[in-house]
Amino acid sequence: MSEVIDQYVKTEYEAGFVTDIESETLPPGLNEDVIRFISAKKNEPEWLLEWRLKAFENFKQMQEPEWAHLNYPKIDLNEVSYYSAPKSIEDRPKSLDEVDPELIETYNKLGIPLHEQEVLAGVAVDVVFDSVSVATTFKEKLAEAGVIFCPISEAVHKYPELIKKYIGSVVPQKDNYFAALNSAVFSDGSFVYIPKGVRCPMELSTYFRINEAKTGQFERTLIVADEGSHVSYLEGCTAPMRDENQLHAAVVELVALDDAEIKYSTVQNWYPGDENGNGGIYNFVTKRGICHKNAKISWTQVETGSAITWKYPSVVLRGENSVGEFYSVALTRNYQQADTGTKMIHLGKNSKSTIISKGISAGKSQNAYRGLVRMSPRADGARNYTQCDSLLIGDRCGAHTFPYIESKHPNAIVEHEATTSKVSDDQLFLCQQRGIDAEKAVSMIVNGFCKEVFKELPMEFAVEAGKLLEVSLEGSVG
Amino acid sequence: MLSIKNLHANVEDKNILKGLNLEVKPGEVHAIMGPNGSGKSTFGYVLSGREGYEVTEGEVKFDGQNILEMEADERAREGLFLAFQYPVEIPGVSNMEFLKASIDTTREYQGKEPYDAVTFMKLAREKCQQVNLDQNFLKRGVNEGFSGGEKKRNEIMQMIMLEPKLCILDETDSGLDIDALQVVADGVNACRDDNRAFIVVTHYQRLLDYIVPDYVHVLSDGKIVKSGGKELALELEEKGYSWIDKL
Ligand SMILES: Nc1ncnc2c1ncn2[C@@H]1O[C@H](COP(=O)(O)OP(=O)(O)OP(=O)(O)O)[C@@H](O)[C@H]1O
Ligand SMILES: [Mg+2]
Repeated sequence: MSEVIDQYVKTEYEAGFVTDIESETLPPGLNEDVIRFISAKKNEPEWLLEWRLKAFENFKQMQEPEWAHLNYPKIDLNEVSYYSAPKSIEDRPKSLDEVDPELIETYNKLGIPLHEQEVLAGVAVDVVFDSVSVATTFKEKLAEAGVIFCPISEAVHKYPELIKKYIGSVVPQKDNYFAALNSAVFSDGSFVYIPKGVRCPMELSTYFRINEAKTGQFERTLIVADEGSHVSYLEGCTAPMRDENQLHAAVVELVALDDAEIKYSTVQNWYPGDENGNGGIYNFVTKRGICHKNAKISWTQVETGSAITWKYPSVVLRGENSVGEFYSVALTRNYQQADTGTKMIHLGKNSKSTIISKGISAGKSQNAYRGLVRMSPRADGARNYTQCDSLLIGDRCGAHTFPYIESKHPNAIVEHEATTSKVSDDQLFLCQQRGIDAEKAVSMIVNGFCKEVFKELPMEFAVEAGKLLEVSLEGSVG
Repeated sequence: MLSIKNLHANVEDKNILKGLNLEVKPGEVHAIMGPNGSGKSTFGYVLSGREGYEVTEGEVKFDGQNILEMEADERAREGLFLAFQYPVEIPGVSNMEFLKASIDTTREYQGKEPYDAVTFMKLAREKCQQVNLDQNFLKRGVNEGFSGGEKKRNEIMQMIMLEPKLCILDETDSGLDIDALQVVADGVNACRDDNRAFIVVTHYQRLLDYIVPDYVHVLSDGKIVKSGGKELALELEEKGYSWIDKL
């Protein structure tokens, strides 16, 4: 039983949210009616409702996984509410003055402009700030290139053939417990389609998506890069996002057809809970891409938030000469727990994958890398290189590495390197002796440790990510 | 500039400094010699405020201020510089970035104008040249994969950039080849002026041929047991530390 969810549900009731089916928020509980309700609210076509119901049937047969190096009270899914409409204007803060000052302080430290802060903090602003016109110009540009970028709920109506063809094609409903749950109750997310041979004229970032849709706790994203196309997608935001929903279970599916390239970058900074380990988001994510001939998928992630992170962005290297990459920085502190890594499934000849994982643990946190590299019997000439480094700050935290290698092909090459180091007293003192205070020193040392991953991030994201680490590490020395 | 009276200090509850006295005036160069384990490095750490080095008795005034109250980084910004006997590596943090952070915070603390990027780069390159380090070293991680001698020259390069008031050099000469020794000595000598003082810890008279000290002190078992002029170093070299013990 999760007390926290319990608590949340209670407050919701006390706050006077209604409980009947006509309301904007569903009472907690998961059953077929709930799924029908969600589907009806979204005015979904029959086939999608059927799809959801089938997922739910599957889900009911499944068990919550327990193999991860995570320790948390079992989530009672019947205590979760599966639908709530975005807060109405009247219920939202009128200005930043009404928002938690601590949150604002963090925004300022991260250098987030005022109007963006308002959006992030959910202030009821008349949407007249700059970004709208910018967003409009961008939309026009995307349309010109033939790129589709819209909420998946909209795509279901506008591009049903594409959705039907690809949804669940990378992450099958039955893939795992949380993916099945997501398939049954997903709220919203993005859909991207890049036509043949098109290079997406700009990086697609969530920043613009914030204005598009509140995606909710069961986010579902689908990106299809047609032959020879190219796209870079940025997800998330360095600003700490608060969410009343404790459980998040997202699914992201990527399809890179022949010669296509998808670069998917994430900065995840959901509320991690307080310094005593109370509250915080549970983040159970299934991300996977399929790489066809000569195609490339590259996942880059900076994970600093959430109380629990369970996430393994993976690549199925189906085609010949396909390339998969995974670059990850995962930082945990206080009582945060992360079990994250990747899977590289080599099916195609000469497919290649690279895994660079940097785990940083501070406080009493636990940080685990879990990675699978599988070389199928067909994967002639396939190669993987894995480098997995852990950095410890203090001596009450833990770092763990679980590499799994399954090689069924004699010619496949799998290389694995792992290191564990500490931010040493010597390093700290060297910095201090040069005038640099301890906090800044730690953040500098950690940033240095992450350099190989940061350089994979789009420029402005990389700068933000550096700052994010700095802010996240505050108070972790001494 | 530096006035140390009856300094006692512990490391991990072990008493290492046992009543050390020293007066250093601006412009002076003091050499400290002494057998292995006598407390020379400890002395440098205690002065610069390293955590875990606990002062149990005595006082230290730096420019009239009681620096024992200050954190290590504050003492550094006040103008106290320690060149390490064993400089550590900080992988992934470039020398440039490190130096910039160090210089910016120090200059800000001292109320000096910050260097703009161009001036900073120009200076950094110049100083590299001065200690005979290739400019590429600026892009490499702090001491990452540097040879022993390169690390020591890097320390001196940082010292020159930071323009400290008091420089403590802990065996900067050990591990240097003859040319590098000359380079380091030249670097130090170029910095010598009426307002800056040096405490040079060394085992070898040879360094003192290049950096000529005003005073030589012998540290033994946590105390200064003998002080003299530069000729004391020569005498020590000839007679060994057992000569001191017999005194
Ligand atoms: N962290 C520590 N814990 C216990 N003892 C220590 C510690 N650091 C130093 N010491 C001890 O303090 C004494 C003085 O050490 P220090 O490094 O100051 O000597 P030194 O004069 O610099 O020697 P050298 O000429 O070899 O560099 C030694 O006996 C050493 O073992
Ligand atoms: Mg020493």
